Amino acid sequence: MFDDFFIRALVAGLGIAFVTGPLGCFVIWRRLSYFGDTLAHSALLGVTLAYTLEFNIALSVFIISSLIALILIQLQKRTNLPGDALLGLLAHSSLAVGLVVIGFLTFIRFDIMGLLFGDILAVTADDLLIIWIGGPLILLILKLIWKPLFASTVNYELAEAEGLNPDRAKAIFTILMAGIIAISIKMVGLLLITGMLIIPAAMARNISSSPQSMVIYSVLGGLLSVILGLFTSLQFNTSSGPSIIAASLFLFILSLVKIKQSIKLKN
Amino acid sequence: MSLNQNILVKLKQAGFRINGKWLVKGVSLQIEKGKIVTLIGPNGSGKSTTAKIALGIYKKIDGEVEKYTNKVGYVPQKISIDWTLPLRVNDFMVLTENLKDEAIKEALSLTGVIHLKDKNLGDLSGGEFQRVLLARAISKKPDLLVLDEPVQGVDFTGEIALYELIKKISDELNCGILLISHDLHTVMSATDHVVCLNGHVCCSGSPLDVAKNNEYKALFGEQASQILTRYKHSHDHIHTNEGEIKKN
Repeated sequence: MFDDFFIRALVAGLGIAFVTGPLGCFVIWRRLSYFGDTLAHSALLGVTLAYTLEFNIALSVFIISSLIALILIQLQKRTNLPGDALLGLLAHSSLAVGLVVIGFLTFIRFDIMGLLFGDILAVTADDLLIIWIGGPLILLILKLIWKPLFASTVNYELAEAEGLNPDRAKAIFTILMAGIIAISIKMVGLLLITGMLIIPAAMARNISSSPQSMVIYSVLGGLLSVILGLFTSLQFNTSSGPSIIAASLFLFILSLVKIKQSIKLKN
Repeated sequence: MSLNQNILVKLKQAGFRINGKWLVKGVSLQIEKGKIVTLIGPNGSGKSTTAKIALGIYKKIDGEVEKYTNKVGYVPQKISIDWTLPLRVNDFMVLTENLKDEAIKEALSLTGVIHLKDKNLGDLSGGEFQRVLLARAISKKPDLLVLDEPVQGVDFTGEIALYELIKKISDELNCGILLISHDLHTVMSATDHVVCLNGHVCCSGSPLDVAKNNEYKALFGEQASQILTRYKHSHDHIHTNEGEIKKN
């Protein structure tokens, strides 16, 4: 059954959506969109290193992204630069270094477009294995740190005062972010991963009244975006990443219509 | 473990500074089970800072803090909640501890806001939110309650009822309470130990002792001290902007 490239892409995409749903909610709640972008940009460096050293791509991306996150934390402590400037610095410099390294690797043919925007043809059976082992693992860890992470998202001092160790939860969450980027880069592409994280979650925010319902709607939105996006991609021969993101944008716009209606009802 | 099993938190000459400026320094106090310790002092005297030192929120401090419990309920003076989170009162109640529905209802009933259980937290008034904050702190039946101006914005009759509730909780749960309050009448009637702060500990002791103290009167004026007693007024030191204390 997994011989068909389209089925493989679909199974991979659905596996990713289950993970980006809850993580995306935290990205919105904690205002981490640019942080996600930075990690994703640094993923290019991870991919080139994987090719150079003939290493597994997902693992390489995971290591490089985690490293960039660590560097960011150190820079925040040691410099007086604002957070967004540091994020921009790391995002663009790691992207640039990645592209320069690609320039040197003339002996390998790179599909840059595929790296940036995702390529459903590139999903292999091994990738499926990584997604369906790595994904549930990320979700399990997120469930374990949910309480301290969520409490410190609402109010850091309450979480700290009442003994929940929010700093540890934050560090683990950063690693989970690197993890989701690593397993979804082939499918969605590094320029669009953050979109996959935040757009379904943003759609969910529009139609939910509790954190739990937002997570559920976010997952559903992601799953639906993958299905819609991939069928469009197959039909019109478009890149998989942009098609999925465009589908999630469509769902987001639908959720705005719902808000308009409920405002009308209130008045 | 502490020698005295009743001690929940102990501060030894604790202080905290940001960029070389002391917010508070040289604070020694201890909170025991079943006792209410109250911090009083003018604005900027380091009351909230002292509470945060006791809670372990500030880590790079001078002096020592010994904390013997992790079952803590905290009502901060200021709380900023990001409204990008869809959060109902019910979700907020279980923020740091999983509670049974009965426990949530009981706590919300005690502070008189059970009818708000399914409301969006962002839709509450200041006083309502304050009652929810207090309910959340007591719902987990903590060993230590830290209440930083817990009744701000609450209406007059509610204020008295809530202070009575705090006293009752202290007796029933046998928990220690660190209270920060501006209401001197309440402080003097319900407190076991008063610490009067002004960047450092000006004076401390039983409410009666503190009311008789000169520094207390220097801080709060003659009228405040007349709540319990009448005494002569004199300053023996002044505070500079750097938080230093100079003797006259």
